[in-house]
Amino acid sequence: MKKMKELKILAVVVFFTLVTYWGVEPYAHSVMHKHVEFKNFKYEDLKPISAKGDAAKGQALAAACAGCHSIKAAKMPAPMDPVTAAATYGVNPPDLSLAGAVLDEKYLAHFLKDPVHTAMVAHKFKNRAYPMPPMATDDQSAADLVAYFKSIAPKEVTPKEAYEFACGRCHEMRYAKWTQIGEEPKTKPNIQTHMNEGKLKFDEKLAKYKDHLVKYLGKLPPDLSIIVRARSEDYLKTFVEDPQAQLPGTAMPRVGVSKEGYEKVFKYLEEVGDPSKPKREAVGPWVIGYFIIFSFLAWLWYKSQWKGLK
Amino acid sequence: MAHFDPNAKPFSHQWMNDRLAIDTLKRVLSTEYWIPKNINFLWAMGMVLAATFGVLLISGIFLLMYYIPDTKLAFDSVNHTIMGEVGYGWLWRHMHAVAASVVFLIIYIHMFTGIYYGSYKRGRELIWLSGMLLFVTFSAEAFSGYMLPWGQMSYWAGMVITNLFSLGSLDLQGLVEWIRGDYVPGQAFLGRFFMLHVVLLPLIIMALIVLHFGTLRIPHVNNQDGEEIDFEAEAEKWKAGKRKEAKVIPFNPVFMSKDVFVLGIYFIIYFYLVFYHFEFAMDPVNFDPADPLKTPPHIYPEWYFLWSYEILRPFSKNAGLIAFGFAQVIFFFLPFLDRSPNVAPASRRGLFKFWFWALLIDMIVLTIMGKVPPIGIYTTIGTIAAWTFILLWVALPFITKLEKPIRGQK
Amino acid sequence: MSDRRDFFGKALGAFAGLGALGALYAAKRTWDPLPSVKAAGFTTIDLSNTQENVLYTEMWRGKPIFVIKVPKNAKPSEAPNGNMENAYDDKRLIKVGDSKFFIAIGLCTHLGCIPAYYPDKHKFICACHGGQFNAAGEVLKSPPPSPLVIPPFTVKGMKVVLGEAGPEYKKLKEAGLVA
Repeated sequence: MKKMKELKILAVVVFFTLVTYWGVEPYAHSVMHKHVEFKNFKYEDLKPISAKGDAAKGQALAAACAGCHSIKAAKMPAPMDPVTAAATYGVNPPDLSLAGAVLDEKYLAHFLKDPVHTAMVAHKFKNRAYPMPPMATDDQSAADLVAYFKSIAPKEVTPKEAYEFACGRCHEMRYAKWTQIGEEPKTKPNIQTHMNEGKLKFDEKLAKYKDHLVKYLGKLPPDLSIIVRARSEDYLKTFVEDPQAQLPGTAMPRVGVSKEGYEKVFKYLEEVGDPSKPKREAVGPWVIGYFIIFSFLAWLWYKSQWKGLK
Repeated sequence: MAHFDPNAKPFSHQWMNDRLAIDTLKRVLSTEYWIPKNINFLWAMGMVLAATFGVLLISGIFLLMYYIPDTKLAFDSVNHTIMGEVGYGWLWRHMHAVAASVVFLIIYIHMFTGIYYGSYKRGRELIWLSGMLLFVTFSAEAFSGYMLPWGQMSYWAGMVITNLFSLGSLDLQGLVEWIRGDYVPGQAFLGRFFMLHVVLLPLIIMALIVLHFGTLRIPHVNNQDGEEIDFEAEAEKWKAGKRKEAKVIPFNPVFMSKDVFVLGIYFIIYFYLVFYHFEFAMDPVNFDPADPLKTPPHIYPEWYFLWSYEILRPFSKNAGLIAFGFAQVIFFFLPFLDRSPNVAPASRRGLFKFWFWALLIDMIVLTIMGKVPPIGIYTTIGTIAAWTFILLWVALPFITKLEKPIRGQK
Repeated sequence: MSDRRDFFGKALGAFAGLGALGALYAAKRTWDPLPSVKAAGFTTIDLSNTQENVLYTEMWRGKPIFVIKVPKNAKPSEAPNGNMENAYDDKRLIKVGDSKFFIAIGLCTHLGCIPAYYPDKHKFICACHGGQFNAAGEVLKSPPPSPLVIPPFTVKGMKVVLGEAGPEYKKLKEAGLVA
């Protein structure tokens, strides 16, 4: 009888605790945040491209890309350094070696035909030209280019490489020492003057690059070091899939990553933004197991002490 | 003149006893500190709170070693240095954040236990008042701690809460600037809240905990039936070996054995939250660094402040502040607003029974409404709940005055 | 004798209280904003050499401040909700010398982004969520819920001091026009 009473009290406490939790967490957040359907990076608004691509033909077409882009996988160097490129275009055009590995095939084909609408940034380019001109006149040439990019793309792309390609030219990541113009160089201060000339020079370049970026986008895109803690997993994937759906008017383009490409990027965001996750998962069961045994021993002690009291 | 045995070996039992009266201390503080037998696990919440405070203190000490109270460095010292570089730094931070949230859940359970069983009257008024002082100091401690990571929520909560001190139409901007040490939260603000969080408020809390324990000593702990126990007589029974007949048990080891068991269960749940479910205690918005040029879309306090925040929201500026002030202090007056002499569980106390559950549910409604954006139906519900809260407290003296005395009680 | 003992005890207590008050005053002063912080709280803007229809950006208490000498015809080129009024006639403008100036905190009242000024269109457009304001800071297109906020100011000849509420500011505030 007595025991039942304690359990009843416990049930009441647990009930009110859970109602409060439900109200301030899942319920309140469902009201506060817009729900955006996740579409699995299928880009269904874009028509399927039926034309079969020919990588060799694509290679010939890609020569035109090298006017602005580097293609390191095909030994084509960048025509200009990142700061000059940003001064010219607003942002440093990406190296195309990974385009076939990280981007969605269909997206890429449409992007080559009509970049501004495929990237969903037409609202930002009403009165000025989008720096990337259409490179494919029809489905066939688009498919050829895609085939070429797929043929030069490496088999294995690391999460870090995927991030640098898809996000890294606009978003820095200071906890991983990544800036929009590449990794922070390891420079040393002069031991007499304590001035770090190498770093100052790099920072000057970075300042200029950021300045161009702000002019191009309207504001500086956020640092992504701990974005996995600042936004939910669901928000991140729906935002990357369709930025306008989450944040209408944003300057963030639809990057067009494939599902696999996004998983790589997310993995990197998680590695940098939540480095303790593997440790939490390793230590958690031991600590909880310890307290289960502790509670069992405490229960035995409690029973022995309270024996014959009632 | 005290007698010191010259033959006692240093630090031997007798040597210690001569100098520190350890036997007396042990008797007074533990083996002959009497607790009623007729209690349930809710009586262990005090111990759970003390243990959680210990967890906060220890994890806080480790965090303090790497935290930098500088507006330019604070965010990275927490989110990069402590979370990524310091060995087990992430564990201390998660433990600290989760404990800071959970401690308020336990405080509320502890408070509502006191209200339910009437453990705030007939000699126990000071227990209630010292407990309320602890609640207020813990609130200040939680708020000042929330400023330290210098994220978006730190900054904007700091802005909004310090703005309250302009006291509506009185427009005391000078006072607000004095509290901040600047026109907006900045270095001076972070520095002083750091000091409050790691030195002044913990000292006050520790002193208040001693006071709270002290106030328990003479009236003793209440029991499940509100029965007035003759502790001396019952203690004699226990000492005579009548374990079954005595209505009391010694704090140590009998009461402790149950407390420790409850603590064990509590720590299982607590560490589950620390390792697998910490989001509720670490708001995502605070993982964006403080940006004075960008207001977050929703500004809300941590969950334990939501009910009083919601009392502020539905009214116009001045009325809201008055209602907010009312909510902050009204719990202090509980022992004097309850006019009934009965010390008994709420279930046996006439209208008070309904009052208790109405208050609990109303505060949960206020808490939830305090978090959702103040639009449409939520504003209506929030306003009704805020009025209900005020009216419940206004009604308390009247409904308790009507209450019939329970037989056998004065 | 016991009266004397009481008296001296109380006198000592009162004197100790006096000391405590002194210490309390020192503590209060320690919490005051520092002179350097206070000095940074007032920004003087010299308006004598300003050109019409050019956006000047100043900083005040950590916030950007927009200043425009508004030209006689400052009609927005287009306004989505039909508000095509000439910003020059707006009551929120501040008269300094013979000209009218727009002075406001340069943060969008929606989510605090910094809007950009387009002199040819006589309006501000916020890059974040597309809010628009005319050259007097009035909302032309939502989401911003209210006009750009006018900070406390006082006019001194051709100079304006931000952070001090002068008579012109108080008048605007009473009319409910500062925010």
